[in-house]
Amino acid sequence: MKKDVYRLAAIAAVLIAGMLIVAAYYIRAQKAERAEAVAKQARDNAAVFVRPHSRGFGPANAKVTVVEFLDPECESCRAMFPFVKRLLAQYDGRVRLVVRYMPFHPNSSYAVSALEAAGEQGRFAEMLETLFVNQPLWGDHHAPKPELIPEFARQIGLDMVSFGRSLNSSAHKAILETDLADGKKLGVTGTPTFFVNERLLEPLEYETFLALIEDELAK
Amino acid sequence: MKAKVSATPQNVPSFVFAYAAWSIACMATLASLFFGEVMKLPPCTLCWYQRICLFPLTVVIAVGIVLRDSKLAAYSVPLVAMGLGFSAYHNLLYYGVIPEALSPCVAGISCTTRQIEWLGFITIPLMSLIAFVSLLVSLVVHGKIQQRARA
Repeated sequence: MKKDVYRLAAIAAVLIAGMLIVAAYYIRAQKAERAEAVAKQARDNAAVFVRPHSRGFGPANAKVTVVEFLDPECESCRAMFPFVKRLLAQYDGRVRLVVRYMPFHPNSSYAVSALEAAGEQGRFAEMLETLFVNQPLWGDHHAPKPELIPEFARQIGLDMVSFGRSLNSSAHKAILETDLADGKKLGVTGTPTFFVNERLLEPLEYETFLALIEDELAK
Repeated sequence: MKAKVSATPQNVPSFVFAYAAWSIACMATLASLFFGEVMKLPPCTLCWYQRICLFPLTVVIAVGIVLRDSKLAAYSVPLVAMGLGFSAYHNLLYYGVIPEALSPCVAGISCTTRQIEWLGFITIPLMSLIAFVSLLVSLVVHGKIQQRARA
């Protein structure tokens, strides 16, 4: 009956509106809490953002430091990487990127170790690039082929003897553990997560990212 | 003056309990979506099976109400009964009546992880159980009313 349709629609509208209102409040409170937690870390222990072992791009004295918690096996990190590179080129010298590791996938730790091994030979940027470009080959979630990674290392011209010696070393494990612990302290639950001068980028959007950088540069 | 006291004549049975059941299904569905999509709590395997039984009820009961279908209970109660079965099993597991080693949940989140404990006892599996029990009661009562009206 038509009356029933109206009645059902009215009840549904009230229930859905109620849920959305609660959701809006919840999300706002959650966001404020998260921002406050990050700010507290920045005040108490700013070292959690950048460690001495941390690698990246751009001059250390850049006005804006972007910290990215990433996972070489994460598709979103791969998708975001061209935008990050574009930003670095656009703000050449004024913005630097610091890479922190957040291994959330089965072969992430191995890939991170390969990255570190490349970094020891001064080829961090090339290795990160090749890992992201070839990610569908080695990091497919249904049929991962991590054994391809040394081949990519060879292609970018790494010294394979020292690469092999350095792979999976305890030093790399220590770096991973430090980064994971720092990420946890900063409430990082997904990759990529960006901090622009110790401010959390949220939501993960190019326009928000730009605005945050501009804001920090204007300070 | 109108002397019409009884709004529901004997031959048109009430759908109040069907409305109650539908509202419960909607509230439970919204709550479940809230936990998953807003609070970002990952649903465990058993939660998924309960959702499979719960979500269709919001459509099925509504259509039954609109059609004034006297056999509404016949096709909504089976879904509720299945959901209640999963929910009962989940609660037994959750509260340690069945040992966790028997748990079918291997991948993803464990079915016994306590994600919410409001006032010290309100948990997600408990809310699910309450929803399915009250759904069963209201739909069975609705069915009985319809049956009596037809008799």
